[in-house]
Amino acid sequence: MKLDRAIALLFFLLFVVYGYTAFFVMDGSLAPFMQRNPVWPSTFPKGIAILGVLASLYVLLGFEKSEEEKPAEIDLSRLGQYKFGQAISLLGLMVAYAVLLRPAGFLLSTTLFLIISAWVLGERRFILLLFVSAVAGGAVWYLVQGVLGIFLRPLPFFLG
Amino acid sequence: MFEGILVGLAAAFSITNLLMVIGGCLIGTFIGMLPGLGPMSIIAIMIPIAISIGDPSAALILLAGVYYGAIFGGSTSSILINAPGVASTVASSFDGYPLARQGKAGKALTVAAVSSFAGGTIGAILLMIFAPVLASVALLFHSAEYFALMVVGLSAIAAFAGSGQIGKAVLMTLTGLMMSTVGEGALFNMPRFTMGVLDLQSGFGFITLAMAMFALPEALYLVLDPSRSSREKETTEIKDLRITKEEMKHISPVIGRQSLQGFLIGVLPGAGATIASFLGYAVERNIASKKDQAQFGKGSIKGLAAPETANNAACTGSFVPLLTLGIPGSGTTAILLGALIALNVSPGPRLMTTEPELFWAVIISMYIGNVVLLILNLPLIPYIAKVLAVPRNFLIPFILFFTMMGAYIGQNNATELLILVGMGACATVLRFANYPLAPLLIGFILGSMLEDNFARSMQLARGFGFILERPMTLGLLILAIVLILLPGIRARLQRR
Repeated sequence: MKLDRAIALLFFLLFVVYGYTAFFVMDGSLAPFMQRNPVWPSTFPKGIAILGVLASLYVLLGFEKSEEEKPAEIDLSRLGQYKFGQAISLLGLMVAYAVLLRPAGFLLSTTLFLIISAWVLGERRFILLLFVSAVAGGAVWYLVQGVLGIFLRPLPFFLG
Repeated sequence: MFEGILVGLAAAFSITNLLMVIGGCLIGTFIGMLPGLGPMSIIAIMIPIAISIGDPSAALILLAGVYYGAIFGGSTSSILINAPGVASTVASSFDGYPLARQGKAGKALTVAAVSSFAGGTIGAILLMIFAPVLASVALLFHSAEYFALMVVGLSAIAAFAGSGQIGKAVLMTLTGLMMSTVGEGALFNMPRFTMGVLDLQSGFGFITLAMAMFALPEALYLVLDPSRSSREKETTEIKDLRITKEEMKHISPVIGRQSLQGFLIGVLPGAGATIASFLGYAVERNIASKKDQAQFGKGSIKGLAAPETANNAACTGSFVPLLTLGIPGSGTTAILLGALIALNVSPGPRLMTTEPELFWAVIISMYIGNVVLLILNLPLIPYIAKVLAVPRNFLIPFILFFTMMGAYIGQNNATELLILVGMGACATVLRFANYPLAPLLIGFILGSMLEDNFARSMQLARGFGFILERPMTLGLLILAIVLILLPGIRARLQRR
């Protein structure tokens, strides 16, 4: 099965679950006075679910296959040359950044994120990296907290 | 109307707004030049800053400046290193890059800047004429017509996705609509589809979604495929920026034609700057004399002027449905609409009367933006182009970092970062499978408005009767169905 049709199958399942919730779960908790309204909180989702199931079936069953296809942005025949390891590592680093941002503080987590992600990409000039990361982290912290007025804890929680 | 124009002039020429235009154009050019970063990503990153400004006029002027700057920056990287920053400048590389290889990079950049300036300016004049007319017609619309009009807009976006893509575009639009129903909306005052997760009570953040759909996949593509990065490519030296009177005379008719054509394509929902630039290039090649035709693809200034004029005029044209109907025709204008909603501004036909300062200031700042691009950015290009030399190993971590900052600042919540990563990974896979992502974001942003107008129409008519009671609503809904079905039927007929 081609990737686009496999994804269409996932969308089909998603719309089925969404439709099941809209048709059979949501209305149960509806207050009696709201039931007299011509439009319920589930009305719009029900319509989307039906159309979503139909659209995903259209792609899943390959009705578009016979038409002229737009060339894919990514060449699947070159898949082996793509750097998946680096991309997944960077996504992992982003998750770590999200988890550490509050406890470790903005400056430390940002500096570490920038240094480690550049290292993952093959950068080895650590002194330059440390300098650039620290300056960037400090400047962005000042902009966000000082100029935009959004609180960002700069230091780890144990330092206040 | 003239009173509004005067108010807009005063607002656009205020020091703050002038700085916003200049700053926006410079930032847009600077970042737009980086391969892989399109205007949608840049605007998404800039939104938290624009919202923090507080003044809707200044914020929208800044974002519009960033938009133009990004398109101009994209042209520059297309011409200098054959690495278009955005899809709408791909056609510019057909003749721009050969010109640069012939040692005429400066001339090519000037042709691009002059054409962009002319296309943008003529587009802005057309916008001034068309927008009030369309807004006055739209004032006659009620909820039912608005609902139907939004359905037409969403269908058109899917229909313009191209042959073999319509089903996927419809699916993406519906996914966006589905996501817009998550959370506690103002309409029913009860949580829907939150699965008990507290952070989903307020629904998905649109900035997070915009970052996840555009900025993050772009950055991940640069990681996955290093050949997309410019580092290995040699930056062409920029020498003489002048063009002769004869050359100007040669491209003038092209500019005139493509300004009009590009603008009209830009007005259509879903068509946008990319289609305008390719169509502009194709039309000019077809109508050119045999001698000129032979030059296309080898460094023709007509071949460069056509897409450059068309894409800028289309950018301006895409503001028509946004400002007059509140319906975005492209991913970029959808992000701008989201920013406006975050600033408590409801774009629509009443915007011109309720917020004349904002309406006209934005239109007038488009002229100023075009002037800034021509007289400020062009001479600075040799210096701004140095950004192309930033090593990929430094560039990518910073793009990822700014993407996360945009999502975090937008909601001030670390959970948004996890949602960003999850959705960004999904968006990257979707792009692998050739699913268009802009319809998802447009569906998401229009979703609550669509449901709101649908619910109001249902309540007024006590049911679905509004579809048959109002001929315009019925007509628009039939048009929406035709738009979806027509490309498929035409393709089948062609095969027979």
